[in-house]
Amino acid sequence: MPVEQITFWIFSAIMIASALRVITARNPVHSVLFLVLTFFTAAALWLLLEAEFLGIVLVLVYVGAVMVLFLFVVMMIDVNIAPLREGFVRFLPLGALVGIVMVAELVLIVGPRYFGSDRYEAPPSAPADYSNTEALGRLLYSEYLYQFEIAAFILLVSIIAAITLTMRKRPETTKYQTPGNQVRADRADRLRVVRMDSERRERP
Amino acid sequence: MTSQFLPLLPEITLAIGACVVLVVDLFVPAERRDTTYLLALAALVATLVATVVGQPDGVRILFGGSYIADPMSRLLKLAVIVLTFFVFVYSRPYLAGRGLYNGEFFALGLFGLLGMLIMISGYSMLTVYLGLELLSLCQYALVAFNRDSPRASEAAMKYFVLGAFASGMLLYGMSLIYGLTGSLEVIEIHNYLIRNGVDQIGALLGLIFIIVGLSFKLGAVPFHAWVPDVYEGAPTAVALYIASAPKVAAFALFMRMLAEGLGVLQADWQVMLAVLAVLSLVLGNVVAIAQTNLKRMLAYSTISHVGFILLGILAGTAQGYSAAMFYVIFYAMVTAGAFGMIILLSRRGLEAEQLEDFRGLNARSPWFALMMLFIMFSMAGVPPFAGFYAKLSVLRAVVQVDEIWLAIVAVVFSVVGAFYYLRVVKLMYFDEPVETGAFQEGGGLRAALSVNGLSMLALGLYPAALMSWCVAAVSW
Repeated sequence: MPVEQITFWIFSAIMIASALRVITARNPVHSVLFLVLTFFTAAALWLLLEAEFLGIVLVLVYVGAVMVLFLFVVMMIDVNIAPLREGFVRFLPLGALVGIVMVAELVLIVGPRYFGSDRYEAPPSAPADYSNTEALGRLLYSEYLYQFEIAAFILLVSIIAAITLTMRKRPETTKYQTPGNQVRADRADRLRVVRMDSERRERP
Repeated sequence: MTSQFLPLLPEITLAIGACVVLVVDLFVPAERRDTTYLLALAALVATLVATVVGQPDGVRILFGGSYIADPMSRLLKLAVIVLTFFVFVYSRPYLAGRGLYNGEFFALGLFGLLGMLIMISGYSMLTVYLGLELLSLCQYALVAFNRDSPRASEAAMKYFVLGAFASGMLLYGMSLIYGLTGSLEVIEIHNYLIRNGVDQIGALLGLIFIIVGLSFKLGAVPFHAWVPDVYEGAPTAVALYIASAPKVAAFALFMRMLAEGLGVLQADWQVMLAVLAVLSLVLGNVVAIAQTNLKRMLAYSTISHVGFILLGILAGTAQGYSAAMFYVIFYAMVTAGAFGMIILLSRRGLEAEQLEDFRGLNARSPWFALMMLFIMFSMAGVPPFAGFYAKLSVLRAVVQVDEIWLAIVAVVFSVVGAFYYLRVVKLMYFDEPVETGAFQEGGGLRAALSVNGLSMLALGLYPAALMSWCVAAVSW
């Protein structure tokens, strides 16, 4: 068995095992960490496919940025697992039935019979000086330009939606500092000298 | 170089218009929000002009087969742009009375329309999917637009979770088809399936997932669970938006994916659509009878109309496609009118969404009672209104492909459905009014409602005006 195949099997096994742990782990923080591992092994599989750029982007963006943010959120909101697991036993038979039927169908169809590697010829491997990033950039800005622009608009809309749904104008009662006014303040604003005549204290 | 991108003119115009609306709104004080509103309408008019002027005759395919401009895309684009125009006009007084009159409504509405245009012109699965996501994201955000309403938040949450699930299904189906055919382009998929035969169970599985995803977006039974909750929970202006134009775009997806891309598998998807259509007709019409909330009633009526649209598509002939296209455009117009009536009767502190609120409308305003009569008769399919012709042409197409039993089911449940439409008419004309408050003011709303109601009559009397376009649109 060539080295490539052995590496593929090892990484695939790790990936499936950690993906399973994502949904079975009791502690949400563990789930997120297993998801990181899943992404990491997926990146390794990309490298095996000679798609270095995508592999690195997966590590940088998903593992480095998205999952860290995810970890923050999970740690901050303190997910209570108990209510989420309520009704688990009650819905288990139905869920298991649907799951088994789906898996059986998928195994029958998305198996080697229709999608086996013998049905598709292997793509030629690229020469050593082949730039993955450049090829991807060329495709994105030529053939997939239209889709690329649409994706940009989807991102814009998600920003608008997120801001619309979360930003609230501060109510008038909120007190906040204005540095400009603070700097411009002089003695008269802060201190008032009050002159009073002395008074005789009444004897009880 | 420039002429090469000319067919893209409507999308480009709208994208620029939406960005202008978004930015200008930041500098407009709250009391002069009408500027944003008028700008949004101007953007729509500009897009309409760009569609008429910019789109060339005949079929043009751009970007290596991921964009198509053909007669169908032109007609459907005009339809969704005009519908969105009506939606904005109806929405303005409603939003203004409830502290929701923000520029974001119009910006998101315009970006959603951009998604619809992209869906209608999408000729590769990737483009279609991206357009759908652009539209869906706008819709999720709009449903949750009224942040202080727990009902709206709940509806948005349900819509978002189910919508994401359906998108996943659709994407999975697309990936299976891609894996089999090795191409994302509709035309390439079609050619591959013709070359390699149709007895591919993998393509069938992909087809099933695609139909599930599309049916969810259209709201066909059994993927309809979100429709009543979202219509009821969302602000009426948003329910109006979701119920009208996006259905036309969803219809375009059915045409591109099923009729054009997977046309070879017609025998298979006909059976699936027949099941969906019958279930939608039965459940939609029967459950609508039990509703006292007009918005929920309209939701179930949508489901039953979707049944009719699916009937037209499953006929699989040019006649069926044009009938379904006529039906979906008619449906979007009539639904916009019905929601417009709810907005007209509402005011601050009152959502006129109960059937009771329409009691004795004739005594309060004979003209608008007449308009509502036109709309309800249209939905029920009473001649000479547009709904009659729409239903008739779908039934004719179904009968011509010898699916008599489907036509019988459709007719029987249309009669059942007539009950709840006529109940509204009875409440308006034969009952005493209980609510005597003033209507929502707004000249634009009234004028648009009158146009909308009268167009139902006009379209019923001269259906050829629209039908000839629909026939020309599917003559490929």
